[in-house]
Amino acid sequence: MARDMSDKEILKMELEQLKKEVNTPRTPVSANCADTITFVEGMLPNDPLIKGVPDDKNPYKGDKGGCIIT
Amino acid sequence: MCQHVESTEINCLLCKNVRLLICLCSPFRCRSLPAQRKIYMRSPPIPEMATQEVQLNETLAHLKTESETLKSKLEEERAKLHDVELHQVAEKVEGLGQFVMKTRRTLKGHGNKVLCMDWCKDKRRIVSSSQDGKVIVWDAFTTNKEHAVTMPCTWVMACAYAPSGCAVACGGLDNKCSVYPLSLDKNENLAAKKKSVAMHTNYLSACSFTNSDMQILTSSGDGTCALWDVESGQLLQSFHGHAADVLCLDLAPSETGNTFVSGGCDKKANVWDMRSGQCIQSFETHESDINSVRYYPSGDAFASGSDDATCRLYDLRADREVAIYSKESIIFGVSSVDFSLSGRLLFGGYNDYTINVWDVLKGTRVSILFGHENRVSTLRVSPDGTAFCTGSWDHTLRIWA
Repeated sequence: MARDMSDKEILKMELEQLKKEVNTPRTPVSANCADTITFVEGMLPNDPLIKGVPDDKNPYKGDKGGCIIT
Repeated sequence: MCQHVESTEINCLLCKNVRLLICLCSPFRCRSLPAQRKIYMRSPPIPEMATQEVQLNETLAHLKTESETLKSKLEEERAKLHDVELHQVAEKVEGLGQFVMKTRRTLKGHGNKVLCMDWCKDKRRIVSSSQDGKVIVWDAFTTNKEHAVTMPCTWVMACAYAPSGCAVACGGLDNKCSVYPLSLDKNENLAAKKKSVAMHTNYLSACSFTNSDMQILTSSGDGTCALWDVESGQLLQSFHGHAADVLCLDLAPSETGNTFVSGGCDKKANVWDMRSGQCIQSFETHESDINSVRYYPSGDAFASGSDDATCRLYDLRADREVAIYSKESIIFGVSSVDFSLSGRLLFGGYNDYTINVWDVLKGTRVSILFGHENRVSTLRVSPDGTAFCTGSWDHTLRIWA
């Protein structure tokens, strides 16, 4: 566990990790951002928190529902 | 204790009034919050060293320089692909209108700070846990309490609903994650059916079921995350790589594969492969503890919220941070973050009792929500995106829509 490791061991662990990470395949930000935007625009019409939900369909607006007392 | 102990008395950075015993070469903790946070000394005085220690420090220095060189190389590689900012690409996107989000339900019943909550897949039930050891299952539509369990420990920092809706998992200062099957019979004693699944050597900070009721992923103050089999309690995989307490985790949306992201007190957010236990990517741009991480709905990015008062968006394919959500007027830490269904909105619960709503693409704040009377400790959007729930140190949960 990290708590029981000496500084040296933690550094060694970090170093191993960094060596692996330097070689990770990466793609340009512009391409990824464009993808993200397309994704969001596609999903936007179905997002209830943005487009809103008609009051009669929204379980949170209107009466609480209440309890039935027998 | 190591040889470098000095009983220096200073004030705790969090609660300001408790005196501490400090070990000068390792992190210390405040006695009033035994496991909540690890606080690092800013600049410890250097005691006299023997020759052995001088040699040790030379190797340490050597490792440090190598580490720094690799880090700069990594930054170089990442910078090469940083050709544009997200908000620049998003300039043509239509702006969002005004938002009217209000508290629609207030769930009262906890006797102390609410620390964590989770939605059930039926979009209606919620499980929440608090400092006094109580775990409550609510019906969010009617605000009725359906189940209540008292844990044998206080500070239940993590709770999660099983995908089937038939069980909840929770844990905290007991260093364990326990699963309670939920029974329809109100008279049945839930505590009797408890099953201890995970065992860590320090507090449990977060837990989550994977796609089934059979496996649980946990993160802990001992610096590791672990994957467990619920039935047998067996450790299936452990994840080492954080240099300090791990505070949060989130699983990738099921369509995109077997990975998860974790954030910790070492300011790093790590992305892990669940099968091999390897850390695939690591991001260290925050300036303080990362309290919350959440995957983007597409699975190609994730957001993080930190004590440095910012939320940041990291793109996994570009392997870098692509947006920061911050304002000079916001100085309190973020305790939890979540996205709306489309990924256009990012909700952040802050320690200044408010919720800030950010436009993910444009990087601007679209709304600020008030209502809680103490810090917001947890925030989750419901599975169908119609509402989100917040839990707070003011003992209540609120549903916003």
